Amino acid sequence: MLTDLTLSEAQAALRAGTITAVALTQAHLERIRALEPDLHAYLTVTEDLALQAAEEADRRRANGDDSPLLGIPLAIKDVLMTRGVPTTAGSRILEGFLPPYTATAVQRLLDAGAVMLGKTNTDEFAMGSSTENSGYGPTRNPWDVACVPGGSSGGSAAAVAARLALGALGTDTGGSVRQPASFCGVCALKPSYGRVSRYGVIAFASSLDQVGVFGRSAADLAALLGVIAGHDPRDGTSMTLPVPDYAAALTGDIRGLRVGVPREYFVEGVQPAVEKTVRAAIDQLAALGAEVRPISLPHTEYALPIYYLIAPSEASANLARFDGVRYGLRDAQGALWPTYKATRGKGFGPEVKRRIMLGTYALSAGYYDAYYLKAQKVRTLIRQDFDRAFAEVDLIAAPTTPATAFRIGEKADDPLAMYLSDTLTLSASLAGIVGASVPCGFDENGLPIGLQIIGPAFDEPTVLRAADAYQRVTSWHSRRPPL
Amino acid sequence: MPAYEAVIGLEVHAELETASKMFCACAVVDSTSAEPNTVTCPVCLGMPGALPVVNQRAVEMGLRVGLALNCAIPPFSQFARKSYFYPDLPKGYQISQYEYPLAINGWLEIDLPDGMTKRVRIRRAHLEEDTGKLTHTDGHSLVDLNRAGVPLLEIVSEADLRSAEEAEIYARKLVAILRYLGVNSGDMSKGVLRIEPNISVRPVGSSEFRTRTEIKNLNSIRSLARASAYEIERQIALWEAGGQVQQATLGWDEARQVTVVQRVKESADDYRYFPEPDLPVLEIGPAWVEDVRMGLPELPDARRDRFMGQFGLSRYDAAVLVAEQAVAAYFEAAVTAGGDPKGVANYLTGEVFRLMNSEGRDRQDIGAIRLTPPALAALVTLVRQGTITHGVARQLVETLYAAGGDPAALVAAHGLAQVSDADVLGEAVARTLDAHPGEVARYLAGEEKLLKFLMGLVMRELRGQADAQVVARLLAAQLAQRRG
Repeated sequence: MLTDLTLSEAQAALRAGTITAVALTQAHLERIRALEPDLHAYLTVTEDLALQAAEEADRRRANGDDSPLLGIPLAIKDVLMTRGVPTTAGSRILEGFLPPYTATAVQRLLDAGAVMLGKTNTDEFAMGSSTENSGYGPTRNPWDVACVPGGSSGGSAAAVAARLALGALGTDTGGSVRQPASFCGVCALKPSYGRVSRYGVIAFASSLDQVGVFGRSAADLAALLGVIAGHDPRDGTSMTLPVPDYAAALTGDIRGLRVGVPREYFVEGVQPAVEKTVRAAIDQLAALGAEVRPISLPHTEYALPIYYLIAPSEASANLARFDGVRYGLRDAQGALWPTYKATRGKGFGPEVKRRIMLGTYALSAGYYDAYYLKAQKVRTLIRQDFDRAFAEVDLIAAPTTPATAFRIGEKADDPLAMYLSDTLTLSASLAGIVGASVPCGFDENGLPIGLQIIGPAFDEPTVLRAADAYQRVTSWHSRRPPL
Repeated sequence: MPAYEAVIGLEVHAELETASKMFCACAVVDSTSAEPNTVTCPVCLGMPGALPVVNQRAVEMGLRVGLALNCAIPPFSQFARKSYFYPDLPKGYQISQYEYPLAINGWLEIDLPDGMTKRVRIRRAHLEEDTGKLTHTDGHSLVDLNRAGVPLLEIVSEADLRSAEEAEIYARKLVAILRYLGVNSGDMSKGVLRIEPNISVRPVGSSEFRTRTEIKNLNSIRSLARASAYEIERQIALWEAGGQVQQATLGWDEARQVTVVQRVKESADDYRYFPEPDLPVLEIGPAWVEDVRMGLPELPDARRDRFMGQFGLSRYDAAVLVAEQAVAAYFEAAVTAGGDPKGVANYLTGEVFRLMNSEGRDRQDIGAIRLTPPALAALVTLVRQGTITHGVARQLVETLYAAGGDPAALVAAHGLAQVSDADVLGEAVARTLDAHPGEVARYLAGEEKLLKFLMGLVMRELRGQADAQVVARLLAAQLAQRRG
């Protein structure tokens, strides 16, 4: 089946002329039609645009064009702006909103010849760990439709797992590509902060947000990252560092690579199956020649509380623009303040309101020093933990999540329990460094388990090399869900 | 009633005249005339996902002002978000600077009316973005976002000003400096400059600070002077009547010439400032600062001192000339063309300013008048050489101001040269005295002030072209004869 190809295999087949972009795209659209009623991975499927783009890709290839992603069907998380294509960030406040411009990361994919299949479901404004906070209903986990796919980029993860796209873009603020990748048994990488432009990413927490990529192999991630990475003059926080050849980094050789295993990531609350499986994966890295050693990241336990101060603080300002004045939902009440209140009261869901209130409180005069400022200081300590660790090791290996996918509704009424499912991914976001998740096994219920590989800032090549080396000798990433 | 003094600090918001806005590529246009909402983009509209990028040129202009105001430039400064909801603020926060402004701890020296000078301390100057503009019509408010994102420099003085007049002098000087630096036209009618004084009063000699009020958005220096004077009197009257000044934000009602309460402040506003995560810290190295410093033009005070030393002008005259860059340039052009500096200064600040005032022409537009600097120089030279009298020169300034031309040619064509021939002048004196026997008799009877009147008659008879000294001598002689 065409939809079973990995992105890298599809690239080769398109180049060889054994398949066409139109056939590949149609196969995906057919599968989307068949499975979407069960999964709800997409909020918008851009069927006509996709077919047009596929035809264009085939024409270009016939004319000798060999752009890196020419004819590759991809899914885009609905927090990335796409000109003329509905973009909601999973929020009712943006229902029907048609952006006037396209996010840089998406534009780079399109410029490289990619075919956009549609926009994927997300927790509202990327705030959540299950897609249950979407204003348009949850996405279901392809491995067990009674379970959540993780979040917030749950739609993208489920789409890639269910073969509804060859790859996808997500965004990761505290684990929002790594955690759903782990839950859905696919690969994802959150690049270093500043590696990919945030222009056109509907902001959740500006100092943490980063566009991430999904695929079914480390090679797929390398192909996608290579296209979207690099400086963007429209984003003052994007770095001018040159973009390395990620594909060339996939040598398969990790002999002598020093891999640290942080004891703070194997504590109470980590399911036995997860610990056992991840440790087995780390043994596999050792078998490949890596030097595995224990390390400590002593401030790990503070990551969760400070993340839930910093991210909501930034969000409280970022979401102020949704006021019903220029775009999106407007519940006119005659006067200004009643209109603001009605619009925002109706447009935002409960989790978004909770975080706006948290952030507003943390930034208020009299509380700023005790909350926001203190959190920023602890953030520095967490960065220093990693600086010290990376003086001794090249990479860090750990579970991506303490547990496998939970059931829909299981944590819906317990925000704190929901927050805890990101506890192992938050630190890398706060430190602005690289984090990837690759499938490394299954629990007793057949739900996927992810191995998290963390690397220093801008060392995406080494993270990808380790993930690829692991995948050359294992096949967890090739398992397909029973749909 | 004890004597009171005012305690005034000024916040001046100056638009920086960059080509593009503070954080996006949109052009900066005249927001009073451009079609609403035509100069906008996703960034200044506050579209989802749009990000700011700092306009380096605006930073440079801010540095120019900071250095001109003798400020220290910290090695880094930082943008911050100031959050509040209003329809003219698209993002729901204004990107400003808070904890770490661009420039700090400067001063500006002003000349007081009593001849003293005073150093007014500048607390800080920081960069921020302007808001949009709201127009309220019946039942509706229209939002124009052309101005949203235009770079602003907020210049905050310490509360060192002690009267409305000092506030006015400070503001004029500051505007002159902004013009010299080429960062702001000073054209307040276009809204490119807005002034907000905070005012309290206290008995002279006291060092306490009483409750202050803030007057928002004054858009002319005249309004600043009047509103401040009014507010000072209002507060004094309140204290004298045993009342209390309430902390409040006021507006100035131009029509009624009174301050009106807009909002009473019961607690401090909470703007929930925090560092803008979308922008990296702004690092300003010593090399950049030096570059900007080297590029500064000669500023008003330095030019005034040079005019005093180089041209022997009084401090007052020099200060008047340099207050407007265009006037100073005009003056220097006339001197370069050979005009005597003091003579040029006199005609410029006297006749020429009077004529410009009478037609409501702004002094900064002096370059456009028909009387050219070389023509003024030639005129001054004609007077100095004794070719024409001051009276004729004054008439000629008017003629040249209206129509342009060459002074020497006009003098020749109309026979305006000064007459000093004693015979000609003696005849005119005799004719005048013969024609006014009554006044002559009264003068001779002791009414001495009539001498001036008779002198005027003779000068008029000679169409102002007479050498006044010779006429005076002849008049005295002939009157003495008639006494005999």
